[in-house]
This record gives sequence, C-alpha cells and structure tokens, in this order.
Amino acid sequence: MGKDKVIEAIRLEKKYGEKTVLRVEKFFLERGETVSVLGPSGAGKSVFLRLLNLLEEPTAGKIFFRGREIGELGGKDRDRVRKKMTMLFQDPLLFKGKVLDNVVYGLKVRGVPPALRREKALGALRLVGLDGFEERRVENLSGGEAQRVALARAFVFEPEVLFLDEPFANLDALLKVRLQLDVKRILSEGGLSCVFVTHDQEEAARMGDRIVVLRQGRVLQEGTPEDVFSSPSSEFVARFTGMENILEGRVESVSEGICHVEVGGETIEVVGAARSGERVVVGIRPEEITLFTSLPRSSSRNVFEGKVAEIEILGPLAKVKVECPFILVSTITKKSLEELQLKEGMDVFASFKATAVHLFVAPIGDLREEMEY
Amino acid sequence: MNTILEAFKDAFFLIVRFNPEFYRVLGLSLVVSGSAAAIGTLLGVPLGVLLSKTNFRGRGFVLSLVHAFMGLPPVVVGLFTFLIIARSGPLGSLELLYTPGAMIIVQVILATPIVAGFTHASMEGVDPRLFLQARSLGASRFQAIILGMREAREGIVAAIIAGFGRVLAEVGAVTIVGGNIRGKTRVMTTDIVLQSRKGDYGLALAEGIILILLAVLVNIFLTRLQSEGVRRESEKRVTGWPA
Repeated sequence: MGKDKVIEAIRLEKKYGEKTVLRVEKFFLERGETVSVLGPSGAGKSVFLRLLNLLEEPTAGKIFFRGREIGELGGKDRDRVRKKMTMLFQDPLLFKGKVLDNVVYGLKVRGVPPALRREKALGALRLVGLDGFEERRVENLSGGEAQRVALARAFVFEPEVLFLDEPFANLDALLKVRLQLDVKRILSEGGLSCVFVTHDQEEAARMGDRIVVLRQGRVLQEGTPEDVFSSPSSEFVARFTGMENILEGRVESVSEGICHVEVGGETIEVVGAARSGERVVVGIRPEEITLFTSLPRSSSRNVFEGKVAEIEILGPLAKVKVECPFILVSTITKKSLEELQLKEGMDVFASFKATAVHLFVAPIGDLREEMEY
Repeated sequence: MNTILEAFKDAFFLIVRFNPEFYRVLGLSLVVSGSAAAIGTLLGVPLGVLLSKTNFRGRGFVLSLVHAFMGLPPVVVGLFTFLIIARSGPLGSLELLYTPGAMIIVQVILATPIVAGFTHASMEGVDPRLFLQARSLGASRFQAIILGMREAREGIVAAIIAGFGRVLAEVGAVTIVGGNIRGKTRVMTTDIVLQSRKGDYGLALAEGIILILLAVLVNIFLTRLQSEGVRRESEKRVTGWPA
C-alpha cells in the first residue's frame, strides 16, 4: 500500500442483523485529498463514515490507518487513532451552553491544559469567521453560525481526517456555497484529508478531488468528478449525476462506430458500442442539447422537431422541455431563451451531437422505484 | 375557615418560638428523608443512566421493574421491610426496627426507583447523535455519557427533587418501621397523622404548612445548585475529565 494513504479499507462489510447495508471492496483516502461519497439516501453513506471514524465495528473487512490495521490494535491505540479523526453531521449537534464550551470540548477530552484550550478555541473561531462569538449561548445562534461553531469544534484539535456527513444539507443555497468554500480553504490550509458524504452531485463535484458513487451499500463508480460526470458507468450513475434525458430504445443498426437507436419512432445516432437489435438506454445531459427556432445547419447528427412543453427558469439558466415526441430536456441560458423568444407550445428544433449521447447496455428495470430518493 | 387561619398563625409561632420538641421532629424529617434522597440519588442516577446507555442482558426486565417500583405503595414497602428487620426476621439481629436507620432504608427503597426512572427518561430524551458526536470528537464512552448527563441535567435534577418529595411526604412506611416514637422516630408526617387523630387540627395543619414550605425550600435550593453548577462550569473550564 502507498505510504501516503491515510485510510484504506478492504472488503469492508457491515450487516445489521441479516441485512448487508454496506460492502465496499476497496477504498482509500490519500493525505490532503477530499473524496466525495455520492449516493441516494439509504445507500450506506453514513454507515460507511461511522465505520471509518471507528464509531462502529465492521462485520467483516479491514481498515488501515497509515498502514496499520485497526483490527489488530488494542483499545488504547484504537482510541488514539480515533482521536486523529472527527466527524461533522448534518445538524450541528451543539452541546448546551456557550460557544466556547463547545469548541474546547475536543481539547478537553484530549487533556489540553485550560489556558491553551481557550487560546486554540479562539483561533478556531477566527478561522471559521466567528470572531467574538465565544461567550454567546448556542441557543441564540442562526443555523449557519451553529454549523460554523461545529466546524470550529472539529478543527480546533487539528485532526488529520475529517468526515463530513452532509453538513450543508440544511443550509440555504447562498450560505451553503459560502460554507463549502470556507471548508475547502480550511481543508487545504491544514492539509487535512476529508471524506465528504452527500446526495447532491454538484456538492460532490465542488468538494471532491475524487468521487465515489455508492448505491445500496456498493461502490458503482469511482473517479475524478470529470470522469464520473462525463462517462458514467451505468444508467444509475448517469441519472444520479444529473443526466436528465434518459431514453429507452433498441439498436436498429450499427455502422462505422455509430449506432442507430430507435426511440419512440425516431432514430438517435450514438457513438458507442452495441449490437444490432439490442435493447439499450441512451443518456444526454441537458446542457448538450441546443435549441433552434428554424432547422439548424449544424453538424449535429441528431436534430428533432418538437413543441416546447414547459419552460422553467432556474436563476440565470432555463430548463426547456421539448416534446419530439419523446421528451428532451435542454438547459439554456436565460439570455438565449429571450433571444429565441421561446414560449410554451412553440415549434422548435432540438439538436445534439452523436458524441454527446451516452449509451448504456445495462439491463433496465429495477431503477425506477429507487430513484425516488 | 377559622381553623385554617388559626393554623397559619400556629405555624408561624411554631417556627419563631423555639420549641425543641417541634424542631427535633422537623430535624429528623430532614435527616431521614434527606439521607434517603441522597442515597437514592447515588443509586438511582447511575442506574437510570446505565439503563439508558448500556445494553446488558435483562436490561428490559430491570427497566420494567424500576417503572413498576416507581409506584410502590409505601405501606407495603414498610410492611415488607418490617418483616425483614423485625426481631424474628432474617435481619432481625441488626436491631434496626424502630430506628431512624430503618426509616432511611424504607425511604431509599421508595426513592431509588423514582430517581432511576426519571433519570432514565431524561437520558433517553438526549439526541443519541450527541453521543456519537462526542465520541467522534474524541470522547471515551464514559466521557460521552458524562456529556449526555450534562445535556439531561434539568431532568436529572427534577428526578432528584421528585425522589426527595416522595419520601418527605411519605407516612405509611416510616410509621410501620419507625413506629412514631416520640423523641426517637417521630417525623413531620407521622406527627401530623397523630395530631389529627388527637383532634388537634390546628397543630396538624401548621405542621403541614411547614412541611410544604420545607419542600419548596429544598426544591429552590436544588434548582439553584444546578444553575450555579452550570455557571461555574462555564466560568472556570478547568475540571477537564480525564483524557
């Protein structure tokens, strides 16, 4: 194993009774990196973190911390390892009392002398932008402030590994992004390694150097955010990483690396490998679909005529649903929406390249109910 | 109406005129019920915490027992204890019958389940994720439990107050094992019963008023102690738990 791996887990398994909630063949966390664990609720993300944080015992498998196997350590050594890590939860989970009492807690249980505790705690509060908050009572904090206190409480004893269990989930959008940036800064300044759990693909990409996609306790895909987003390994990952256009079809013919896939009576051309006659799923990211009001003279192989079924404005972007006759969702800027003067019921042309289409030959079916996370 | 007004007057005079007989009764009430509540706290709080935070075999059974015992009829406890400590009983040789010691024993039996039951309930009320959070911040299991007790402290203080209130107000058990012997085992409640029987309602009522006052004072004291403790804790931040 590489010497700069802080944590490594092999064939990690957790069962509750008969039910296997997690089975991870291989996982590692390198020094200074952040790994996002992305998955729907019930995927076993939190269990995974609790195992890595040594708060729960795995049913089977091994966890290594800096190359030493945890299972071989005695209680004392194990506690010592556990004290090098900490976790932040979705709720700040502050203890009753003052902000300072909260922030010093980790130092207190580590036997840090009182004078030093205060000094370090004040430093940690400064780090999270809560200078002067030390005497405040926790009941009087806003949600964002409370989460910052929780951050300070975690950073104050300079852990080597930080586990984040959806800590931004309850915050409003603006606050969320600001806190994410702050956390990223603190992580990189301190050279901390971090495992970040989320069900939000954007958050996963923003925070993570690598992404691990978890579903039903199994790792589906692992790679850099670019890898996972641009070439999802399965229909599930595609859907989960925001590929909104997922269409079922059948390969009509294959020629020169281009598959002609029949979808709802139309033919979509796809660059990919599949056999003629095979049932497949094709996925197109909404931002890959361009809209025109007249037949475009573009090089795109796929052009479909349809009607605008729905327009949804999302800040600077707009989501346009086109019926042609299968539904295509296209994301365009609000500016181009205005330039095209799109209205619901209007005729439009939707176009995308054959290379923008992802082809999945995995069996279809069991996904629907699970996607209702 | 007149009797009640008279009683308040009597109560006032009982307190201001130093009547040694009355103060002896009052003192014994405090000593017996105070010790019983203190011992009940020492037993009941750890028991309640244990029942909430550990998972041992028979935990459910012990918990139902505690809950059932919270409503024990004092007379019955008194009777059982009487049979055990009576001359002919298994612990007869200790010669505890009709002593304050026996009274403390019955009251401990009455107070402990109350303190344990309410402590358990208030510990259950603490968000379980707080324990996980404490552990993940580096706390040992024990330290995490101490933290949980701090979170539940209002409930735990209420548990102690309830335990003390139960025994201070109790009359059946202390009568049976104490015997209401003048100058030896007579306490406020047994004396109230006696004075009512004798028809001295004024004195009985006066004593009753003082008993209530006493309960109120003790409650104020305990509640104060709790908030003082909180204040002190945040002021000094010195008493770290062993790391």
